[in-house]
Parts: sequence; structure tokens; C-alpha cells
Amino acid sequence: MTVMTGDIATYNFAYLDEQTKRMIRRAILKAIAIPGYQVPFASREMPMPYGWGTGGVQVTASIIGPDDTLKVIDQGADDTTNAVSIRAFFQKVANVAVTTHTRDATIIQTRHRIPEEPLTEGQVLVYQVPIPEPLRFLEPRETETRKMHALEEYGLMHVKLYEDIARHGHIATTYAYPVLVADRYVMDPSPTPKFDNPKMDMSPALQLFGAGREKRIYAIPPYTRVVSLDFEDHPFEIQSFEEPCALCAAEGVYLDEVILDDHGGRMFVCSDTDHCEERLAQGHKGRLAAEDAYAAKEPAQ
Amino acid sequence: MQTLQFDAGQFTAKAVDGGFADPVYDAQAVFHALMQANARPGVRETLADRLEPPAPLEAGLAAVALTLCDPDTPVWLSPALRTDAVRAWLAFHAGCPLTDDAGAAAFVLCAQDDTPPAQDTLHAGTQEYPDRAATLVLALPALDGGAALTLTGPGIEQSAAISPVGLPDGFVAARADNRALFPRGVDVVLVSGRDLVALPRTTVVATADGSSSNAEAN
Ligand SMILES: [Zn+2]
Repeated sequence: MTVMTGDIATYNFAYLDEQTKRMIRRAILKAIAIPGYQVPFASREMPMPYGWGTGGVQVTASIIGPDDTLKVIDQGADDTTNAVSIRAFFQKVANVAVTTHTRDATIIQTRHRIPEEPLTEGQVLVYQVPIPEPLRFLEPRETETRKMHALEEYGLMHVKLYEDIARHGHIATTYAYPVLVADRYVMDPSPTPKFDNPKMDMSPALQLFGAGREKRIYAIPPYTRVVSLDFEDHPFEIQSFEEPCALCAAEGVYLDEVILDDHGGRMFVCSDTDHCEERLAQGHKGRLAAEDAYAAKEPAQ
Repeated sequence: MQTLQFDAGQFTAKAVDGGFADPVYDAQAVFHALMQANARPGVRETLADRLEPPAPLEAGLAAVALTLCDPDTPVWLSPALRTDAVRAWLAFHAGCPLTDDAGAAAFVLCAQDDTPPAQDTLHAGTQEYPDRAATLVLALPALDGGAALTLTGPGIEQSAAISPVGLPDGFVAARADNRALFPRGVDVVLVSGRDLVALPRTTVVATADGSSSNAEAN
């Protein structure tokens, strides 16, 4: 650890000043102690726009150390501009090792996905959250939503989901599907597909959520019950896909639709690119797996 | 009205010695230990040997203070810690205000030989802002060798066991009362030397015979 000293400007390690880190660290510890509760924090200006996950970046900056290995994903991919930029930011300001392999990472910062590979003890998953308040669309006033959480008044949330059923015959919410954490707080899992909700339940990893613009941090400790809200006659169900990944033949994973040409050609491929590449390397072959499988995917992006 | 003392005690050259050798990296390492300890109640974390605080402020208490305390966090010190040397050291390295009112403190630091204030006299946060609750940091003679306690709750897959020595009388019952306040409640960190174990408010603490409400751990 001492090797690092002097290599970079000491007080700018991980960009944030030490007092800001302390404030965020205190918020993180309280968030862990109150699973699913949104802890207010004094969010700082970061050298990137809010839409770029400044909340997640501040959480990562406050927990990261020189021994960490960081993975950053955006919609499951390590190679989007957003993921590449955040990874480069931490390489620059914290001089940390980076990886695209889920199992090699100690910290995974994510926008909108949970990796397919099961997380392990000691890993930390940091979510970039745009809107942390699951009750916001029901009640715009912060004072009121805070009261609803305080009183555990979640009836309106169930009414909203039930309206979905009345209108669509099923619960239509597919992203940011609300969960009940440790049998107490209703929480927004950030705009992950509901496919990922079951991965949050009893995960061995620590899950931290940072919302920069809204100035909130919340957490799910490892081995904590996370239940997707539902009804006895309309139980929660994850999305299912009719065909496996066209590249690696994976089943039971979240797939993205990729348009291949102007004539309606399309394929479904893993959203988690690291998972897909690893399966390809292991020799799994899907319907469209060719030597140039990834070349085929390029034009769609 | 809370009284905050900014009196730093007698300032001497000793006050500037013995802090983190590298404040940025050392604080990160201690925070990492605290974060993992709170995420996995009952799992012991051991800190690196990076601090030389003035006695009787022991390393674990000092590490928590230097990592989490600053001008925004009033700190209550147990009587044994209210020496000029300790106050001057904390003032220099953490800059935290000290308070005589344990109920107004964000961090309550208690030396081994002192009796901590009753947990129900500490700030438990409010129903709307339960995060404003205090953290009680208790120094103990040892984290092993005492009566077995069983822990359950978030962060614990099945159950965990700890056997700290020297817990204050009524600790198990006080944790049960504290648990009943959830989401309000005081969070606890037990330290001994450079070892620490966290008992956040979610953790249900029971004696080995299964009682969490009246039997004592020690
Ligand atoms: Zn695939």
C-alpha cells in the first residue's frame, strides 16, 4: 500500500477530498445499518454530467483503495463510452487495477445491470441511480415520501402495481421494479431489468446505490432478503426469452435485441458482454456464432 | 441545548505524533474494514498497525475516530479518555468537537475500564431520519473467550457467533430494546486492540440459550 504514496497527488486519491469521503463513508455505514433506507448526503460536483452516474462514482471513490480491482459496466457492457470513461477516471485518479472479468473485480460499478456470474463474498456492487425514490411517481413531495417510508405506508405502491394488472392483465413494470428490503423498506433497484431482481436477494456481495443529483445513498447488505412486490394471484415473474443467446447459446440470461440489417434481420445476444465472451472462449456456440460474431454485432451499436 | 467543547486540551508536540502514517490510504483501509464488518456482523476485521494514539485511547478506538470523525461529528469520550493528551490528539488529527452530552454525540467512544452510557440514552435517530443515530464504539479486553452470543439478521447468512469479554451489564437486553426501535437505533462497534466487530442495529443478539431479552452475556 505504501508503494502508492507519492505516485499521485496524495490528497486527490480517488478525486474526492478527505472530508467529503468521510461524510460519504458515514452515510454508507448508516445505509448498511438500515437496509433499503435512503441516506441523504451532500453530493459533490464531479467532472462529469449527472447522467453519467455521479452518485455511483462518488460511492466508488469513497470506498476504493489501492488494492482494489475495478470493473465498470453500462447496460451489461464494459466497452460503452460511459463505462470506458468511468474506468479511465479511476485508473487516473486512484491508479487502481481494472478488469472486465466479474470474478476478478472487488468493486463493480454498474449502470442498469447485475452481472450474470454470481457475485461472491467481499465483492461490492455499486449502482448508478438516477431516481432513488420508488414512491416519487406517486407523490412528488419529498416530505411526503419520507413520511410514507417512516410510517411504512406502502399501500399506494401496491395500488399502482394492481392498476397495471387491471390495465394489462399483468404487472407491466419491467425496469426499476420495486422491492421490499429486509421486510421493511420499499426500494427502487435502479433501472435494472426486473430479470435481475432475484440476484439481489441473499446475494453474498454488498450492494451500494448512489444517486448524485438526488443526493441519496442506500444499501443492501450481503445475505439480506430482497423481495419483489407482487400479489398472490399475480406473482412476480422475470422476463423469459424464447431463444438462447445467438452467439454463446446461453440460456437463463438477459438478452438484448440486436438489429442485423435493414431487412428485419435480428438476433438476441447476452447483455452481459463479459459473460458472453467468456462462454465463446470456452467454445459455446450459438446460432449465429461465427469467427466474426462480434464483428456482426458492431454495426448495430 | 447541547454543549460542545472545542477545548483541545494542552497542545504539545505529542499531539501531532502517532496519527495515520498516510492519512489517505490508512483511513481508506480502516473504512474498508468498518464497511465489511458492518456488512457482515460478527465477522472480525483486523486493522493494520498504523497508529500510536496516547494511552488510554487504544488503537481500535483511535482508528474509528480518525476515519469517521471530523468537525461535523460531536464525539463523547468516556471519563478515562478525557485526558489532555487524548483531547489534544483527537483535536489535531480528527478536529472533532467533544460533547459532555452523550445523547448529542454522533460517536460515543468508551474505554475498556469505563461503563458506557445506557444505549437508550444515546441518539437513535428519528423515524424519518434514522441515519442520524449515534455509533457506540466500545473497547473491550478481548473479542474472544467470553460467553457465546448468537447473531442473526441482514449480513448474516444463517447465524454468526461471537464471544466478547467485558461487555457492559445488560448489553444483550439493551440490543433487543434497540432492535425494537428499528429503523431507529444505535449501531455498535466492538474493538479490542486492532480487532473489531460490528453490531449494526439490524443484528439480533442472543445468548447461547436463545434468549435475547433478559439473560446476560457476562
Ligand atoms: Zn451470449
